[in-house]
Amino acid sequence: MQEFLAKYMPPIASAHGADLDRLNAWVHVLMLVLFVFWAAYFVFVLWRFSAKNHPKADHHGMKSHWSTYGEGAIVVAEAVLLLVFSIPLWGKWTSKPAPETNPLEIHLMAEQFAWNIHYPGPDGIFGRRKAELISSSNPVGLDPNDPAGKDDIVMINQLHVEKDRPVIVHISSKDVIHSFFLPVMRVKQDAIPGMDVPVHFTPIKTNDGATWEIACAQLCGLSHYRMRGQLFVDTHDEFVKWMKSQAPAQPGS
Amino acid sequence: MAQKRQVRVGSQWMYARDAEKALSEALRVMKEEEGHHESFITKYVFSQDHKWIGVQYGVTALCFLLFGFFLMIMMRLQLGWPGEPFWVIKMFFHGDGKLLPEQYNQLGAMHGTIMVFLAIVPLAVGAFGNYVVPLQIGAPDMAFPKLNMASYWCYLPGGLVMLASMFLLQTKGGAAQSGWTSYPPLSDIASQGQTWWLVGMIFLITSSLLGSVNFIVTIIQLRAKGMTWDRLPFFVWAQFVTSFLLLLAFPPLEAAGVLQLMDRVAGTSFFLPSGLVVSGEVLKNAGGGNPLLWQHLFWFLAHPEVYVLILPAMGIVAEIIANNTRKSLWGYRSMVGASIFLGFMSFIVWAHHMFMTGMGQALSAFFQTTTMIISIPSVIILSALFITLWGGSIRFNVPMLFALAFLPMFGIGGLTGLPLGLATTDIHLHDTYYVIGHFHYVVAPGTIFAMFAGIYYWFPKVTGRMLNEKLGKLHFWSSFVFINGIFMPMFYQGLAGVSRRLYDGGIQYAHAKEAASATNPFMSACAVGLFLSQLPFIYNFFTSIKWGERVGANPWQANTLEWVATTSPPLGHGNFTTVPVVYRGPYDYSLPGSADDYLPQTTPEPGTVAAPVIAPAPVVA
Repeated sequence: MQEFLAKYMPPIASAHGADLDRLNAWVHVLMLVLFVFWAAYFVFVLWRFSAKNHPKADHHGMKSHWSTYGEGAIVVAEAVLLLVFSIPLWGKWTSKPAPETNPLEIHLMAEQFAWNIHYPGPDGIFGRRKAELISSSNPVGLDPNDPAGKDDIVMINQLHVEKDRPVIVHISSKDVIHSFFLPVMRVKQDAIPGMDVPVHFTPIKTNDGATWEIACAQLCGLSHYRMRGQLFVDTHDEFVKWMKSQAPAQPGS
Repeated sequence: MAQKRQVRVGSQWMYARDAEKALSEALRVMKEEEGHHESFITKYVFSQDHKWIGVQYGVTALCFLLFGFFLMIMMRLQLGWPGEPFWVIKMFFHGDGKLLPEQYNQLGAMHGTIMVFLAIVPLAVGAFGNYVVPLQIGAPDMAFPKLNMASYWCYLPGGLVMLASMFLLQTKGGAAQSGWTSYPPLSDIASQGQTWWLVGMIFLITSSLLGSVNFIVTIIQLRAKGMTWDRLPFFVWAQFVTSFLLLLAFPPLEAAGVLQLMDRVAGTSFFLPSGLVVSGEVLKNAGGGNPLLWQHLFWFLAHPEVYVLILPAMGIVAEIIANNTRKSLWGYRSMVGASIFLGFMSFIVWAHHMFMTGMGQALSAFFQTTTMIISIPSVIILSALFITLWGGSIRFNVPMLFALAFLPMFGIGGLTGLPLGLATTDIHLHDTYYVIGHFHYVVAPGTIFAMFAGIYYWFPKVTGRMLNEKLGKLHFWSSFVFINGIFMPMFYQGLAGVSRRLYDGGIQYAHAKEAASATNPFMSACAVGLFLSQLPFIYNFFTSIKWGERVGANPWQANTLEWVATTSPPLGHGNFTTVPVVYRGPYDYSLPGSADDYLPQTTPEPGTVAAPVIAPAPVVA
């Protein structure tokens, strides 16, 4: 089933992606079993008990209680999917990578209709941001008086991450609700103004020239349909080179 | 102590006390008939007769259903062939025939709103509930006829406000365009169409609240003598549970609607956090609010709302299946129990619509668990309906075809809810076409098919004439094929990661382009096919009112009171010449040892004498 579904799904490029897809496959197996069973039964009874083939109905109908066992089996199957797979996976999905894995921290601020991506720069410290400083030349509102912000890098619609290095993206929005969706990473998180929600994943493949995207999954206005960014997964060396090539974002510096 | 002395009334002996009540009731009715000449206005416009109100609801809701579908046709044309001009779009928006993104978003928001709040709920509850419930429980009317009238007259203005916003505001930014869910801050900063939407919603919510109170009181208080709780047709149970959902779930949305209205017109910021910057400008009145508050309030209504859509549908399907298998419903009691449990549970699953808002482990574990639990009563009801078929003698008439198709279609809708109800599998599928496919299977080939089943089934009761069988079968088979052609490919699109609410169907996105362009033209062609499939129905509906085959009171040989205790169409206001007395459950079909294959609920047990038929009717306020 997993291979079957994979034919229709984007490739997986994150460490947790395979677990999600496996669970998804098992859920679809359960769905298919139930549907095929019900459909076969349905076709049979429609033929066997049509007025033509069964002119006199039996008032009570089925006497056995196999449906109770069937329902019991569904309860068990759902409990397994829930307790053994889904809940533990969610715990993994929401727990922050340990500091010793040297995660790459990024702030992402969505707006109508772009993704502003804020890297802390070489010092690893994010500069202070203020809403009232936001302008077209300062898309995230970096405070020029904060020394930590001097070396920060702000990208629009271009997210660079490193292969095999955990990423923490702090997601928020300036204006309305957007939803940060990386199909190949099996990552989705609503970007909600007033909230800063960290989302984490570890890329395990470089994109090697393939176009991987940041899609917006939540209706955010007129140009929602073309609010797209690009995701680049670089090797360590490429990433360092790219980082160096970026001029600091600081307006006027 | 009961009065023991009996008096003779005509050929009947009865207790003196009963005779006295019957006499006073008879006097009341005679007086009403003498001095009460109903004008056109009181009879057809501001009617207080539940049957006519049901018809008003039904016809209005069907018009909205068609209109909501027409909006979708325009969207599907755009999705199938993005950027191409079409004359219907030109006619509607007076442009060059090419749909604009803001128009697409209006169509999306209004399609959802109209279908849920103006078409299906009014059809399921306002039309079928109003018309059938009092007849099935043997009541002369609803408990509060004036409230019933008020309910319709809140619904209609609500609908007209929604419609007006589509037609009058096109030069002023258009109708609401923030989705039927109207998430702030987008909806807070949207053009004035959103204000109209909120005003319309407040009317509609008020209408549903008035209706729900009425149903609850009617079902508790006005059941005919002998109509005990375990003799209630399952349809009445379904309406009863539905009414509680409406009563308890709608007030939070009414509050939320008022808060959003205040945000828009009075400069408050219930849903606007500090530091909002819209198009480069700091939003002055923002601060202190929370956009998620709206989502909690909205989904606290909108999840129970799903069961408001589905429970009456299950009720209709159960009636029709029992009638057309000529046997009893299998597991009536567990179906009733499951419905009540479903009702309770539907209040504690709402946040599974919000898994992607940044939920921690505790909250997500809770809502995943309740979501898995709520699937069980649905499985029980669906299984009971499937098992009812076993041992039946199935008549494949048009209502039965629609009712039968409901089962696998609702099954697909329910099953595809599983990967969305588990938070982890929802990560990839959330807000994709998978979701659209899922809930449309529940509501379109699910609930709407059940509504059609109900229309074909009760049409002879309302008009005294049958709908044409051949046209009905054409309507059914063509609808069945095309509706699956529209919704089945959505699961593929969803797996591929095509987001919902995209103006061009996803062809901007590299990951979605292939799935979208491979399937959208086909799906859109099916949508047009589905539209054409409704023409035989529309023709059939209007011609059969006048020229359909005349039928007697009980053309389906059914047991329930609406068929066996009154004529088709039922007598004017009051429903029954004599108030029925109930002796048995609603599903005594093919009882061993009985001559006919059905036994009306008014048939006493063999060997016992029927009670006098003149029983005191509840006094209508």
